[in-house]
Amino acid sequence: MKSILLNKGIAARWRGPLSVIAFFGLWHLAVVTGLSGFAELPTPVQTLKTFVVEYAGDSVYWDSWVVSFQRVLIGFAIAQILGIPLGLVFGTSARFRNLFFPVFELLRPIPPLAWVPISILFWPTNESSIIFITFVGAFFVIVINVYDGVRNIKNEHMWLAQSLGASRMSIFKRIMLPSVIPSIAVGMTLGIAITWNVVIAAEMIASDSGLGRMTWEGYVSSTPEVVLIGMISIGLAGYLSSITVEWIERRMMPWVEHR
Amino acid sequence: MPAPPVPVEQMDTTRLGYLSVRNVEKVYDPGGVNVHALEKCSLEIPAGDFIAVVGPSGCGKSTLLNILAGFDTLTRGEVFLDNELLAATDKSPTPGSDRVVVFQNGALFPWKTVLQNVVYGLVVQNRMSESEANERGMDLLARTGNLDRIAQAFPNQLSSGMQRRVEILRALINNPRILLLDEPFRAMDTVSKTTMHQHLLDIYDQYHKTVFFITHDLEEAIFLADTVVVMTTRPGTIKLRLEVDLPRPRNRDTITSQHFLELKQQAVTAVHEEAKKAFERGERELA
Amino acid sequence: MNPSSGTLKGRIRISSLAKGYQDKDGNPVKVIEDCSVEFEPGLLNVIMGQSGCGKSTLAYLLAGYLNADHGNIEIDGRPVTGTGADRIMVFQETALWPWMTVTDNVIFGPVVGSGVAKNEARRQADELLERFGLIDFRDKYPSQLSGGMKRRVEIAQALINSPDIMILDEPFRGLDVMTRELLQEYYLTLFEDTRLSTLFITSELEEALFLADRIYVMGPAPDNIGQVIDIDLPRPRTFDVTASQRYLELKQQAMVYLYAGTDDGGGGATGQ
Repeated sequence: MKSILLNKGIAARWRGPLSVIAFFGLWHLAVVTGLSGFAELPTPVQTLKTFVVEYAGDSVYWDSWVVSFQRVLIGFAIAQILGIPLGLVFGTSARFRNLFFPVFELLRPIPPLAWVPISILFWPTNESSIIFITFVGAFFVIVINVYDGVRNIKNEHMWLAQSLGASRMSIFKRIMLPSVIPSIAVGMTLGIAITWNVVIAAEMIASDSGLGRMTWEGYVSSTPEVVLIGMISIGLAGYLSSITVEWIERRMMPWVEHR
Repeated sequence: MPAPPVPVEQMDTTRLGYLSVRNVEKVYDPGGVNVHALEKCSLEIPAGDFIAVVGPSGCGKSTLLNILAGFDTLTRGEVFLDNELLAATDKSPTPGSDRVVVFQNGALFPWKTVLQNVVYGLVVQNRMSESEANERGMDLLARTGNLDRIAQAFPNQLSSGMQRRVEILRALINNPRILLLDEPFRAMDTVSKTTMHQHLLDIYDQYHKTVFFITHDLEEAIFLADTVVVMTTRPGTIKLRLEVDLPRPRNRDTITSQHFLELKQQAVTAVHEEAKKAFERGERELA
Repeated sequence: MNPSSGTLKGRIRISSLAKGYQDKDGNPVKVIEDCSVEFEPGLLNVIMGQSGCGKSTLAYLLAGYLNADHGNIEIDGRPVTGTGADRIMVFQETALWPWMTVTDNVIFGPVVGSGVAKNEARRQADELLERFGLIDFRDKYPSQLSGGMKRRVEIAQALINSPDIMILDEPFRGLDVMTRELLQEYYLTLFEDTRLSTLFITSELEEALFLADRIYVMGPAPDNIGQVIDIDLPRPRTFDVTASQRYLELKQQAMVYLYAGTDDGGGGATGQ
């Protein structure tokens, strides 16, 4: 019994790395055997070699990381700063909601990339329009989640505070705000994923820097190694952001049991 | 309502349902921490007897039921059914249609009608054609409290009590040697529960299967069973065995009889004692 | 918290109370109608009824969370006009604030509501938590407690405010039978020590019988309160009382009242 359980634990620990290794193995095989479509692609080893020789020590490459991260962070932060209060107001004031929610619902379905032309016209610099588009990507998700969070506050939680004699202000601060933190967290998780989607696409269309641009240039200059390095970099960047957001969420919600 | 004669095929004398649990022990080992669920657990249940097992949460009574049903292994000891080895250390557990479980949360297929649910076992085991199975199912439904009127209903159109009755019939149609009931009336209110007790006793009086019934509710246990077994908290073992010699058929007057009261008095302290121990241990383990 | 010193507080007088709402199609639904009843102070009054009979609505009206359409509720002669710390409710499932520790949950009333100094409130909270066997858990969050512990924290959270009336709305629902019985014993001991006027709502007959001085059988509108059963089992009660002749007699009697109105008690096809 004991040994079986132990084996299970070890197997589970190896499954993750194994799948990554298998992925690169299959990629290598596909290129070597000339599977249709893979003929033009480099093998993982070639890609790695290109990365080490040409990119690892190249400041332009690392600048792309910095630039893309900056855009994501600024857009994401502004989306939080504006989105959370707006969601709270939507949730608490019926009058405000009746006035502005319809406009919000009209704008919400517009995909972030559809904002590209207008924001290039509107904003003075390319940089600001990219940040704006990134912001749009996260903003609506945040607002909707916070609004939903306010609507789903348990009646009992508010009632009990009322019975115990809490003022409106302390109910807002001590009951309502903490109640919506889990919804804010959901908004953040979804938001950060969307922001990376948006920033990469926007860079391809309207920028001369960033990881998205680098990938696109790799395509234009017919260097598939660059395309692949760009893609893997984007994947890593998104993954890093997700872990960071998850870490922040844990700090925000010490009362939730995390697995 | 007099019980109709039992059909010949259900009087199969080799399938009596004599259950013998011998020195069963069960140790779980999640992550190297030994949890002793059952210890030196022995029980002899004569064929056709109704046995109710009472004990606090986590006393291992569901573990015992799972071992009988063939859902779980045991660490030591043996279980025999009609002198046939059912479970042992070196035997991998196998469920069978001769001992069917009725679960506490209900497990009717929501996309099948009552009749389809009842005959499901017969159909998947290829024991007979679908039309034969349906005929048999309708017959069973009709003979048990006129349930044929709901044969075409879907489970979610029925009350929870009705669902439980259908489930019991679904188990019964396989002509099992033993019926295993895991707190089937748990979430019900007192009135519905009382009605269900009557229905279950009607079925029992009609078919006389061996019944292994798990419950938290001592009154329910005494009212239904021939033998009430009180289990200790973990490691679960038999604390008290109470022979319930109340006459059958039983009804609402049974509960107010002096003898019922005496039986309850004999067991209530034992049950409460174990519940308290289990509760306190649960809190210590959380600290 | 003071055991029956002076006159008992918490007499509830309800007269011609009515409360309804509009369903999805805008049709009026009467939940409570023509409801008049008086609950004596110092008793453990139990309201029993099937789900949907308006038990919780009655409790919310009493707590001041809802406003009546008609009629009024008086507590010790004063009409109820809103919420107040003189009557605290313990809710179904749990209403502990998950983001606060056990201590912070308990001291919320005194500190945030009545401006008691934090240290003093902490001291009182410790005393209560000690009594409920929860002192080792005071810095934990509710999600780290078992169901039975959460219910006890909630009772402490109410008691620290020295209310005149406790309203418990199916407080032990969702717990397994044995935990439930032990918590019933907890509350019973507490009540027998303090004689704190209690309105206890339940749909479980055994729970009602074990706890109550009086059971009010509640049904659908109008005239929601039907039979009143005096439970003359001796106090202090222990669990052995459930094996007494009188207990079983009362149970039979109550069953007769509860059977009234149900055909075969959940045995039939409901089509819901």
